[in-house]
Order: sequence, then C-alpha cells, then structure tokens
Amino acid sequence: MKALIALLLAGTAITPAAAQDLGAPQGREAPVEVIDSGSDDAEIRITDEAAWSDIGIAIPAFATDRERPTPANEAGTGALGREIARVITANLRNNGLFKPVGPDSLPQPAFAAVRAPSYGTWSGQGAEMLVQGYVTARDDGRLVVGCYLYDVQLQQQLVREGWVVAAGDWRRAAHKCSDLIFSRLTGESPFFDSRIAYIAETGPKDRRVKRLAVMDSDGANHRFLTLGSATALTPRYSPDYSKILYLSYVDGNPRIYVYDIGTGKQTLVTENKSPTLAPRWSPDGKFILYSMAVGGNTDIYRIPATGGTAIKLTDNPGIDVGGSYSPDGTKIVFESDRSGSQQCYVMDADGRNQKRISFFGGRCATPEWSPRGDQIAFTRIAGDFNVAVMNTGGGGMRVLTRGWQDEAPTWAPNGRIIQFFRTEKNTGRSGIWQVDLTGQNERRLPTPVDASDPAWGPIRP
Amino acid sequence: MNTKLATVLLLASATGLAACSKKPPVVTPPPPLTTTTTVPTTGPAQPGGPSVGTQAHFAQAVGSSTTIYFDTDRYNIDSQDAAALQAQAQYFARYPQLTFTIEGHADERGTREYNIALGERRANAAKAYLVSLGVDGGRISVVSYGKERPIALASNEAAWAQNRRAASIIIN
Repeated sequence: MKALIALLLAGTAITPAAAQDLGAPQGREAPVEVIDSGSDDAEIRITDEAAWSDIGIAIPAFATDRERPTPANEAGTGALGREIARVITANLRNNGLFKPVGPDSLPQPAFAAVRAPSYGTWSGQGAEMLVQGYVTARDDGRLVVGCYLYDVQLQQQLVREGWVVAAGDWRRAAHKCSDLIFSRLTGESPFFDSRIAYIAETGPKDRRVKRLAVMDSDGANHRFLTLGSATALTPRYSPDYSKILYLSYVDGNPRIYVYDIGTGKQTLVTENKSPTLAPRWSPDGKFILYSMAVGGNTDIYRIPATGGTAIKLTDNPGIDVGGSYSPDGTKIVFESDRSGSQQCYVMDADGRNQKRISFFGGRCATPEWSPRGDQIAFTRIAGDFNVAVMNTGGGGMRVLTRGWQDEAPTWAPNGRIIQFFRTEKNTGRSGIWQVDLTGQNERRLPTPVDASDPAWGPIRP
Repeated sequence: MNTKLATVLLLASATGLAACSKKPPVVTPPPPLTTTTTVPTTGPAQPGGPSVGTQAHFAQAVGSSTTIYFDTDRYNIDSQDAAALQAQAQYFARYPQLTFTIEGHADERGTREYNIALGERRANAAKAYLVSLGVDGGRISVVSYGKERPIALASNEAAWAQNRRAASIIIN
C-alpha cells in the first residue's frame, strides 16, 4: 500500500498491479563463522519443454520515470533497468526455457510505453511475447519494480505485478519477474526467487579446503559463511532461510551444527559424543533428521528443531543414513545397506513400515523427495554415478545424467529441475550442475571456485 | 649418481624396516603373522631416532601395520588385517601410556554421507579387534573421514584399495 501511495504522490501514471513488499535483505551483514570448538506409484508426467523453448520473448531494458542515483547501481535507475532485463533474459535462457532476446540487442521503450507497448515494433522483431517493466527509486531509498508480460500476436497483456525491494535486493525483483513469466507461460510453479547452499572447494585433492557458501539460484550474491579451517559438508537451508544445517569437523569429529544466518552463531544439533551426519529439515522446519553412528552403526534419528528428545527412527545393524521427507511430512525416503548394498527405502515419519522401493539393479543412494511429491531423485550407482528419478513406489526409473560421478541431487522449489555435483576423474575437481526432468537441458552453474553438495532452498518468503 | 645412491641406501638402512615397508600394499598384501614376529618390539629406539609417543616411533616399530585395508564396501577384519592389528596390540601393550586414534576412510567411489558411515564402521571394527586383543578401549578414539582424506590420488582400483583403510595414529 505504501508503495502505491508513494507512486501516486510522485505523479506517475503507472500503478503496479500489486506492489508486494519483499522486506529487508536477509542476513547480508551476518558475520562469518566464529567457533571455538505421497502419491504412491503415480504415473510420471513429463511436460515436453520443446514447445516452450521455441517461444521468442523480447525483454527490453526496464524504463525509469526519472533517472535517479541508487545504491543498486552507480549509474542510476536507467542502468539498473537494463541490468534487471539482463538478469531475466539470463534466467530464461540458461534454463533452456524459451528463446529470450535481451536488452542489449533491442530498442529501449520509453517509460510511458511500458503499459502501452508498440506492438507493431515488436512483431517486426519476430517476438511472440514481450516483457516490459519499470524501475523507480523511492525517497526512502527502496525501489519499485513493475513487470508486464504481453502477447504480441494477441496484442494483449497477460499478467503484471510489482514489488518494493531494498536497493540491495534488486535482483530479487528480477527473479520475481522471471518467475511470473515462467509460471504464466508454462503453468508450472515458480523457482527463480530461491537460494542455494553448497560447499566451496579449493586446494589439492588430498588437502581439500571445504567451506560453507550460499548464493542465489543464478549464482549471484555469493557469500562464504565459514573460513575453511574446518572441513564443512552437506548443508541444508531451513525452509524459512533463517538457518543452515551442515556437518563440520571443527571439533575434530563429524558433527552437525545449526548455523543461524542472522547472527552467525552455531549450535550442535544434539549433545552427544557420537558423530552425527546427514542433516535434513522437515518441510515445515519443525523437525530435524540426522544420522548418528554409535559404535560404528549408523541409524536415523529425529529431533525437534528447537531441541529436546531425539527419537530413533531406524534400528538396524546396516548403515541407515540420510532421509528426505515427502512434502506433506508423512513419509521419509532414506538409504540403507541392510540388504547388502545401498538401496532406497520409504518409512512413515515415525519410523514404521520401512519398505525397500528400489529394485532396478545397481545401487540407490541419497534419495530426495520432489517438492511436488510425485518423484524421488537419487544417485544411481551402476558402474558410474548418475542422477536418476523414480516414482515414489520405485517404478518408472529414469537416468538423467551421464557423468563419471554425478552425485547428491537436490530439487528446484518447483520440482522441475535437479541440481547435483559432478566430480572429475583423477583430479577430484567438482562443480554444481543442473538438469531438467527431460534430461535434455544440462548445464554447469557458475561458481567462484569448485563446488559440491548443493542444497536448493524453497521459494523465498 | 653413485654418491646419491649411497646416501639413499644409508638413509634407508638407518630408518630400517619401517621406511621400506611404509608404502601400503596395493596388490601384494603384507606377509601375515611372520611380520608380527619380526617387528622390533624390544629395545628402545635408536639414538637419534624417533621417540616413544610419536607416529614415527610407532611406524618404525610396526612397519606397514599402522594401517589396515578393506575391500569395497566391506569392514570385516581379514587375516592380513588381524596380523597388523596384532602387531599394533603388542606395541600398545609395551607402551601402555600411549593413546591413539583410529581414522576410518573410504575410497572416492561412494556417496559422501554413506562413506562417512562406512569409515565409522571400519574404524570401529579395528577398535573392536584391538580391544579383543586386550587393548583398553579407553585408549582408543575413532574418527571417520569418509572420502575426504584420500592418500592415493588417482581414480583407479589401485588407488582406491589404498584409500579404503583404517589408520592408527598416536595422540601426543
């Protein structure tokens, strides 16, 4: 509402459809670490993305009502508008969606044309869809970003939305706009406005330095959270992005810590002298799953996120490890070698009814339940390591990647894309890759250094 | 060339058995049991040699037996492992003041979390065997590094065989 009023006072003609306030940037000033010590057997339906990828979308620079300096861009709001259009173009292009054409090869619409596009110009450019928008700086330093999607052939507005963001969060507005376009044109849920926690790797293979790091879904806003003096592994963002669970060797043993992003404080997930590993959140963030090795035997436990008594969910002489909740929180898929080799099992959230689901040859490791609930992604070990998916009953297995060692899938918030890490033979160098459910669109994510153990968080609140 | 060779030979003989047999077995396993009897468990370290309480002293005393090796995904103590652990047990019986850590490791051809659990299993299997030989369990701590600390860096069977290990490390 405030954004709306501000715009009217400023006398601008444009009223954002719904200028949603995205709040203050989260945890940007947080210090770096200081420590002293479902649907059973549902048929898989894969939408063919070829139809979408042929859609030509023109994304000219976002216009501004008047050029103003902003902390988001030294050159002012006009230059920022161009940057926003570039981010949207890269989002759509890098994910194999549509045929976007960005602001650097397009004419720039005037501010007044944002709501009244000159369709003739754009159909002449061969565009089927047109994304226009604006960016204005408010007196309080925050930005208002409007996003409009037009069908050039029908000469019709399809959808529009606006957001109020802190200057430091301008990329979120670009991701929200990308999500708006993606969802409107595909009917799928959004995924761009999300973050990824992962492990940044440097150094030689036998003395690898592994640091906890975070970034936006497109690799921007990268930050290291730990210094690298202790090996960090297997992070998981809490559903509200306020915390990260991860494994650290900071006290010499593998133990799970809860890292509070706002304060930089870390606490042990459980006070126990036995090593803990493989941390996971429940979908509502109220529970934490962890695995603990007692006398060499690893089982899976559940503990309230606020602390309290842990419940042992598996009790088996085999290695039971990991665990991933179904989105409704009623079931958990996990891996166990109780049959003699790593295989995937499903149990109720209280540990009852443990049942093996993988029977397709090879091994099944690191299962992750899709946020849509209909599929489970996992590491398939059959000679090489590859990322594969199956339905929740273990049927319909499909291998999506062909690397030498592709490991540890994590789902995009909309369950359409899977990230994983790929390790090179001999050098041991690793990078984060992603693949869509068709297996057709695979690409490496840009990271400042080598990367592993990606964990994709949900759509940001 | 000749002087270099001579120096190498001198060094080799000075550090004795340990240096020669330090390299973990890749294809040829260490000789079982007979190793135990030839281990220099009597007599102090040579003057100027490593002192008791160091890893070097331990390694000089038991040779390659500081570390045991496992088959893929296995953690059982086979006869070669048993011989090595017997050599370790004799050493730790001779120096009851020493405490040590058993580090469990896995090769890179496993998923990360499973490998940490597997390393735990291996280190604990070695510990249990030493305890069965009379070593006080309170002297032994275990830690698993999973696939995080390879000792052989190639990606082939020979390297993986060297990395699937439980290594006993003296705590100072």
